[in-house]
Amino acid sequence: MTFINYAAREINCKIVYYGPGLGGKTTNLKWIFGKSNPTTRGKLISLATETDRTLFFDFLPLDLGTIRGFKTRFHLYTVPGQVFYDASRKLILKGVDGVVFVADSQAARMEANLESLKNLQSNLRDQGYELAKIPYVLQINKRDTATAVPVEEMKRQMGVKGEPVFEAVAQNGTGVFDTLKAIARMVLIELRKTA
Amino acid sequence: MPTSDIVLHEEDFRAIRDLIQKLRQEANARVICLVDRNGQQIACVGDSDALDMVALASLAAGNVAATDSLARLIGEKDFSTLYHEGEKDNLHLSMIGGRVILVVIFDERSSLGLVRLRVKKYGSELAAALEKMQQKTVKAKSGKASSSPFTEITDEDIDSLFGN
Repeated sequence: MTFINYAAREINCKIVYYGPGLGGKTTNLKWIFGKSNPTTRGKLISLATETDRTLFFDFLPLDLGTIRGFKTRFHLYTVPGQVFYDASRKLILKGVDGVVFVADSQAARMEANLESLKNLQSNLRDQGYELAKIPYVLQINKRDTATAVPVEEMKRQMGVKGEPVFEAVAQNGTGVFDTLKAIARMVLIELRKTA
Repeated sequence: MPTSDIVLHEEDFRAIRDLIQKLRQEANARVICLVDRNGQQIACVGDSDALDMVALASLAAGNVAATDSLARLIGEKDFSTLYHEGEKDNLHLSMIGGRVILVVIFDERSSLGLVRLRVKKYGSELAAALEKMQQKTVKAKSGKASSSPFTEITDEDIDSLFGN
């Protein structure tokens, strides 16, 4: 749900990072926060448990620059990945403009990836969206792990609609900004179609 | 259904801002802010410079969304107002027209009773102004798309955002 504010000359879009628990969603946002110019980003808000697991969401507002005289601001959210926080995940998908799925490359996490992807599709449907119709990017994270599943196999199992796929190691920033740029671009192209 | 886009034009913004400004004066509130249910700030008046209003908008929306889900769990449709009491400042959140959250921050110069009364007084006027804004958005979508500057966005415009 893009918010076009003619009074403030701003476009606001919402991007949600989705995926299984401990997959690296919050790490993506932390990296973006750490590497962005303090004048273009807001505070990183993390509603986390005492053990630093996401409880409700992380939130990072980010200004990407000006387009046609409008400041483009992206609101980046993560969902809590742990299975039992499903009610919270549904709420965060409200008004989403684009989704990044952060998959964990470790072989032992493939089942969790697939379960989370299924959960994403079902929660989007509950909010009236279809994954096939909204801007969507797949990030395969933790490519540096010893048991990382081959990229082609990840794509085969996780691919939904020929979406852009980015290999990443969010801990050291590899692929993080490429993923963000890709989803931001897709959201803006969608805006052009629907504006 | 997914929520539709919001398009806020200058004249609607001014009308809404004037209304919440009047409400702020009559309620003796510190800050009043209108926030979309999805966490986007629509308008804000008062002493807000010291506050991170973008974060406040997002957290207020999260708070209302979580509380609505709690309401449904116990068989209620929603909780139309939320009140958080602090040592100095208090936060009053209420739903306007089903999709916008009115956030009132007030201190000892006002009271919960006064805020409630004034929010009630201005609630319907605000709902009408928001409805007008919504109708304009729908109208613009159904045929006057060319009036939007975003239909003209080029790939070069998008590239320039990323500095390549």
